[in-house]
Amino acid sequence: MLRIDISPRENEKPLISNLILAASLLAGLAAIGVVFLAKGVNPFFAIYKIFSGSFGSMYGFKETVTKSIPLILIAAGLTIAYRGKFWNIGAESQLLAGAAAATWIALTWAASLPAWAAILLMFTGGFIAGALWGIVPAILRVRFGINEVISTLMLNYVGAEFIKMLVIGPWKGKTQFGFPYTDDFPETAQLALLGNSRIHFVTLIIALAVSALVYVLLFRTRFGYEVRVIGENQEAARYAGIDFYRTTIIIMIISGGLAGLAGVGEVAGLHHHLTYPESISSGYGFTAIIVAWLSRLNPVTAIFSGLFFAGILVGGDAIQISLNLPAATVNIFNGIILVFLIMGEFFQKNSVTIKLQGAKWNR
Amino acid sequence: MEQIITSVLTRTLIAGTPLLLGTVGEIISERGGVMNLGVEGMMAVGAVSGFAVTYTTGNPWLGLAFSMICGALFALIHAFVSISLRANQVVSGLALSMLGLGISGLWGKPYIGKPLAIKMEAVNLPYLRDIPYIGEIFFRQDPYFYLSIILGAGAWFFLYRTKLGIVVRSTGENPRAAETQGINVHLVQYLCVMAGGAFAGLAGSHLSIAYSKSWIEGLTAGRGWIVIALTIFSMWDPKRAFTGAYVFGGIFVLQYLLQPLGISPNFLAMLPYLTTLAVLVFYGLSLEGHRKMHAPAHLGEPYKRGER
Repeated sequence: MLRIDISPRENEKPLISNLILAASLLAGLAAIGVVFLAKGVNPFFAIYKIFSGSFGSMYGFKETVTKSIPLILIAAGLTIAYRGKFWNIGAESQLLAGAAAATWIALTWAASLPAWAAILLMFTGGFIAGALWGIVPAILRVRFGINEVISTLMLNYVGAEFIKMLVIGPWKGKTQFGFPYTDDFPETAQLALLGNSRIHFVTLIIALAVSALVYVLLFRTRFGYEVRVIGENQEAARYAGIDFYRTTIIIMIISGGLAGLAGVGEVAGLHHHLTYPESISSGYGFTAIIVAWLSRLNPVTAIFSGLFFAGILVGGDAIQISLNLPAATVNIFNGIILVFLIMGEFFQKNSVTIKLQGAKWNR
Repeated sequence: MEQIITSVLTRTLIAGTPLLLGTVGEIISERGGVMNLGVEGMMAVGAVSGFAVTYTTGNPWLGLAFSMICGALFALIHAFVSISLRANQVVSGLALSMLGLGISGLWGKPYIGKPLAIKMEAVNLPYLRDIPYIGEIFFRQDPYFYLSIILGAGAWFFLYRTKLGIVVRSTGENPRAAETQGINVHLVQYLCVMAGGAFAGLAGSHLSIAYSKSWIEGLTAGRGWIVIALTIFSMWDPKRAFTGAYVFGGIFVLQYLLQPLGISPNFLAMLPYLTTLAVLVFYGLSLEGHRKMHAPAHLGEPYKRGER
C-alpha cells in the first residue's frame, strides 16, 4: 500500500529549504534534458553548451553580465511588489516607458548638455516614466478594485503598441533610411562601455546599489515592514492601521521606476535609439519574474539568480546557433525551471512522507 | 461596398473563432476557481500538434482531435502544480505560457515553411450557402466556426442549465461548501482546467490547419492574452463571450482595413486591451461592482481539503 502523508512544516529550516531549492533546480535541468532527448539532441551536451556558452568564456561571461543588468534591476523592484502581494507582471512595458522617456530626453536636450547631466537626466526621467506607468495599475487596484494581474498584462500590450506607433510614426528617425528607429542618441547620451565588452557599467553599478537599497528598505525600515505585513495578511494590516492605498502606490512607484531604469540602460547603453519593443527587451520583464522567484523574493540574492538567468539567455542563444534550435528554446528553460521552482516550494512548506509497506522515505 | 462589408463580416467571424473557443475554455476553468494564464502556451501547443498530425496523416480531423488532447494534457501541468501543490496560479500560468511557446517552437521547427497539402475545408452548407450575403457570411465557413458556436452554446447550457454546471460553479464560488455537499473539489477543478486546455488547443489548431494552413513560430500572436481579457470582458458567461470574441475579432480585421485611411494599426491593436480596462473601470466605479461582474468568489485561491 502506498500512503502519502502531507503536513505543513512547523518552521522552515534554511538548510532544508536550500537543499529543496537545489533539488528543484536539478530536477528542472533533468526535465530540460528530457526535452532535448525527445528532440534527438544529447542532453548533457546541450546543457554543457548552455553553460559553457554563458560562463565558460570571457566573451560569453561579458554578455551574461550585460544581460543580467536589466534582470537585476527589474527583479529588485518585483521583490518589493511580490512581498506586498501586488502581482506586477507589467515590468516589460514599464521598462519600455523608461526607454521612451530616456529617448525623448536624449534627442531633445542631451546634445546641449554635458554627458554627466544628460545621463543623470535620462535616468531620472526613465525612473519617473516607469513609475507613472506603474502607478496606473496601482490606482486601478486601490480605487476600482481591478486585479493587477489583468491590468498590468493589458498595459504591456498597450505600451508595446504605443512604442511601435512612435517609432514608425512621429519619432521615426530622419537619418535611419526608413528603418523603424528613432535618430541615434548624441554622444553625451550614450553610456560608456567597460573595455571591449557591452557592459554599460553605470547601469550595472546602479543595479547593484539598488539591490542593496531595496534590501534595506524591505527588511530594515518601517515601510518594508508594512509591505510584508500587507503581503502576509491583509486583514491584519488593516487592523494595524497600515494605509493600503498609500503603500500600494509606493510599491508600484519603486517597482515601475526600477524597470524604467532598466529601460534607460538598454537604450542608452546598447541600442542608442528607440526601436521595436521586441528588440529593446528580449522579454526581460517576464524573465525577471523567475529571477525574483528563484531569489525567494530577496533583492540581494536576486543578483545571483539574475546572473544565472542571464546566463541561460546567453547560453540559449549559443546553442540556438550551434545546435540549430529555434529562438523559442529559451522559453522552455524558463518555463520548466519556473514550474520546478514552484513545485519545490510545496516541499519547502510541507513535509511529505511516503509510506510503502512499512518502508519510509522522508523528504 | 457590399462586397467589402460581407468580406469584413466573414473575416470577423473567422478571426473571432479562436478567440471564442479559447475564451469559453478559460471561462470553464475559472468557473471552477482556477485562473490559467497559460492560454497563450496551450494555444501554441494546440496549433503545432494539430499541424503536425494533419501534415503527417493528411487528415485535418485527426489534427483537430489531437490538438484538443495535447491542450488538455498540457494544461494538466498547471492543474497539478496549482491544485494539488497549491502553488500560486499566476506564476504557474505564466510558466505554462513560456513552456508552451518554447515547446511549440522546438516541436514545430521542422514544419516551418511547409504548407499543408490538405487543410480543413469549408463546409459549404447546401441551399443555405446560396442565400444572398447571409450565405456567404455564415454558411461557407470552416467546421471550426460551427464547432465553436455549438461548443460555446453547449458550455452555456452546461454551466447554467445542468446539475454538473452547478457543481462547477459552486466549486469556484465556495469550495468549502461544495465539499460538504460531497463534491470532490480537486477532481472538478482538474477536469475544468483540462477542459480549458482542450478548448485552447482547439483554438490553436484552428489557426494552423484552417486559418493560416502553415506553422510559424509566434503563430498565436498574443491571442491567448486577449482570451484572458475576453474572459473578464464576458464576465465569465459564455453568452457574452460570443459578443466579445466577434467584437475583438472585428478589430483584428479592421486593423488592416483602416490602415490606408490613416488610422494607426497600432492604435487599433491596443483597442482590445483598452476596452477590457475600460469595462473593468466601469464596473469598478460601482460599489457592488465585483458582485455585478459575477467573478467566481474563490477564483485564484488554492483550495486545501479539510481545512477550516
